[in-house]
Amino acid sequence: MKIRRFGLGAIALVAAGTLALSGCASGGSDDSAGDTAAIITTNGSEPQNPLVPTNTNEVGGGKILDAIFEGLVYYDGDGAPHNAVAESIETDDATNYTITLKPDLTFTNGDPVTADSFIDAWNYGALASNEQLSSYFFEDIVGFSYDEDSELTGLKKVDDLTFTVELNAPKSDFPLRLGYSAFYPLPASAFDDMEAFGQNPVGNGPYMLDGENAWAHNEKIDLVVNPDYAGERTPVNGGLSIVFYATQDAAYADLLGGNLDVLDAVPDSALSTFEADLGDRAVNQPAAVFQSFTIPERLAHFGGEEGKLRRAALSMAINREEITDVIFEGSRTPASDFTSPVIDGFSDSLEGAEVLEYNPDEAVKLWAEADAISPWDGEFKIAYNADGGHQAWVDATTNSIKNVLGIEASGEPYPTFQEARTLITDRTIQTAFRTGWQADYPGLFNFLGPLYATNAGSNDGDYSNPEFDALINSGAEDTDPASANEKFQQAQEILLQDLPATPLWYSNVTGGYSENVDDVVFGWNSVPLYYEITKS
Amino acid sequence: MAGYIFRRLLQALPVLVGTTFLIYFMVFAMPGDPLLALFGDKTPNPAVLERLREQYHLDQPFIVQYFLYLGGIFRGDFGTSFSGEPVTEILARTFPVTIRLALMALFIEFVLGVLIGLISGLRKGKLFDASALVISLILISLPIFVIAFVAQFIFGIQLGWARTTVSAGAPIQDLILPAFVLASITFAQIVRLTRSSVIETQSLDFVRTAYGKGLSRRRIIPVHILRNSLIPVVTYAATDFGVLLVGATVTEGIFNVPGVGRTLYQAIIRGEGPTVVSFVTVMVLIYLVVNLVVDLLYGLLDPRIRYVK
Repeated sequence: MKIRRFGLGAIALVAAGTLALSGCASGGSDDSAGDTAAIITTNGSEPQNPLVPTNTNEVGGGKILDAIFEGLVYYDGDGAPHNAVAESIETDDATNYTITLKPDLTFTNGDPVTADSFIDAWNYGALASNEQLSSYFFEDIVGFSYDEDSELTGLKKVDDLTFTVELNAPKSDFPLRLGYSAFYPLPASAFDDMEAFGQNPVGNGPYMLDGENAWAHNEKIDLVVNPDYAGERTPVNGGLSIVFYATQDAAYADLLGGNLDVLDAVPDSALSTFEADLGDRAVNQPAAVFQSFTIPERLAHFGGEEGKLRRAALSMAINREEITDVIFEGSRTPASDFTSPVIDGFSDSLEGAEVLEYNPDEAVKLWAEADAISPWDGEFKIAYNADGGHQAWVDATTNSIKNVLGIEASGEPYPTFQEARTLITDRTIQTAFRTGWQADYPGLFNFLGPLYATNAGSNDGDYSNPEFDALINSGAEDTDPASANEKFQQAQEILLQDLPATPLWYSNVTGGYSENVDDVVFGWNSVPLYYEITKS
Repeated sequence: MAGYIFRRLLQALPVLVGTTFLIYFMVFAMPGDPLLALFGDKTPNPAVLERLREQYHLDQPFIVQYFLYLGGIFRGDFGTSFSGEPVTEILARTFPVTIRLALMALFIEFVLGVLIGLISGLRKGKLFDASALVISLILISLPIFVIAFVAQFIFGIQLGWARTTVSAGAPIQDLILPAFVLASITFAQIVRLTRSSVIETQSLDFVRTAYGKGLSRRRIIPVHILRNSLIPVVTYAATDFGVLLVGATVTEGIFNVPGVGRTLYQAIIRGEGPTVVSFVTVMVLIYLVVNLVVDLLYGLLDPRIRYVK
């Protein structure tokens, strides 16, 4: 009897164990299959829009488009532009450009890449009734209109391989923008049925879709090497399999489990451990993402001279080093300007940048000076969207302010990103709010013009300073990149005095790769340069 | 019987209309503009925004939007997601995955749960019973994401026996681990339910009579005890099947299962009204059907239960 009882006890344990065990017998991993070994698997997310270059403005789709299209220029790992489809891009006045294309380039369906491929694609992207999310990229080209359908008359075809571009105003960084996906060419067949094209895009890039059903919605997209590709981004692997993950945690588990080769986003839960987990296969470097909070001029106590003093005091009351270390586990880099270290022309020694350093004594002094103008009352609040993982740093930042200045300060959460953005856009928000900027192309102007120029599209704080506008414009007219950057830096020094946004830190790109791959380099836009990756 | 089913289905109609209306209203009442979120931190041009609003009927008052949507449903048009895919296609793609996962989990929890519960009940107070109780108590008290993460870490990463996440196409062998995770909590419930039910049945007169007639245990246990003990268990398992079908959001997220739960979660985050409402509508349908099936199952298990004409 005793023996039987023991036997049944053992069965109970075994039965409970099978809950886990039997799940594994047949679920073995399927890596190291010989013929597919050269396919790189990487993480992605389901594109939020059809895969049309001018209608894609988020990373999920952007990553795919960058692999299957090639623009006039491409960016190397440092963000420097190199001619791709363009043979040359010439200008004398930063307003009129002559663009010559390399001959004999084709799309993967055999269509030639000509001047029309660009002119038609850009016109399609700019046309108001086409409702393309990236249409604003064409707003500087003559003929553009948001309100009605109009042709980009600034685009003129000279011959099959040459066209000219006329801009509304000088924009010396226009050639730099041309590597962004909105400026990619489209084959003639695309215009017959753009909806179908969006599901099965045909490009001219280093990779192409692996057949009709390459895009398995919500699961993955398979890309193979384009055999006719003749550019400089020639892949050294057999293709890409971009797996769509709902959570970064799942992707990270796959990297550790050996099911994923390259990961470009480490989940928050693994930030403290991923460098130990991955060793020298971990990646953690600044990216072209700038984080800040904005205090609009219209808020009480934040206008004029008083506002200037209070903004500087608040900025110096924030211990950025500590917050990036403790809250972000070193996955952010304290800001020293309004752009990003990965951008050509970046400087960490701008005049007035000390306002971004932790200095409690000076902060208290400036705050007292502001109080002399008009005594402070109420609470200082920073609004944020609660669905984006912002609470920890907002609380830390407001605590830092509270401790240094001795005022009430706290975060003001809104449930969703949509809600926060709506209140910011219609200007009804009555507190400071979180702001951020991810560059579209690697240029200083992109971090400054759209955000702080008078009446600029994303100038959420309604900042306006004629001096800043003048410097930005003269930089935009300067065809010499070095001296243009100098003017942008001077413009930034004005921003450092006014603090239209309070710079906090640059997001880092955190990622890693498996032991199966080598030569993993992350580009300026935080996406790995997939074509350079080798798999053993 | 047919009349009963027909009446039940007829009752389902107002429930369906009512729930879609409620859900649509809630999605509509969600604060903020989903289109603004499409542009990230960048502020779109107002003219562009207005045209997009028109396209998704977001410029219309709520009641107009609702009837446009409802009208679409009757034409078989559930709307389009922001990525340009018809919602019907999304439904057709995700539900088979979730159904497969739910069936696997149901099978695991039912077979293991009833088996262990039966042995526990028959050997009440013995070592097997005690250990089964302890294990089920542990499983019940653990949140599912803990079980999921631990299982993923141990069997996916440390031991490498299973894939850490489900690969594209959701093949059966990849779904085994998530199915066990999903099954774990209900498994524990079923063990306890079966156990107490078996104990109760064992002491009933007809069981004693069966023993008195000299029937063997081999016959009494499956036919007399188990069958009569199963009524509450089947009800519970069937309701749980409904729960599993409408999406195990957490588990599907952790194991990256391209099923209903994960897709719905993403649609909610992106504020895609048509996708959310369509999914919920189908879920309500499933619930109604599952409940009906449960009620019919009673009759099969216990002939004393009859349906009123």
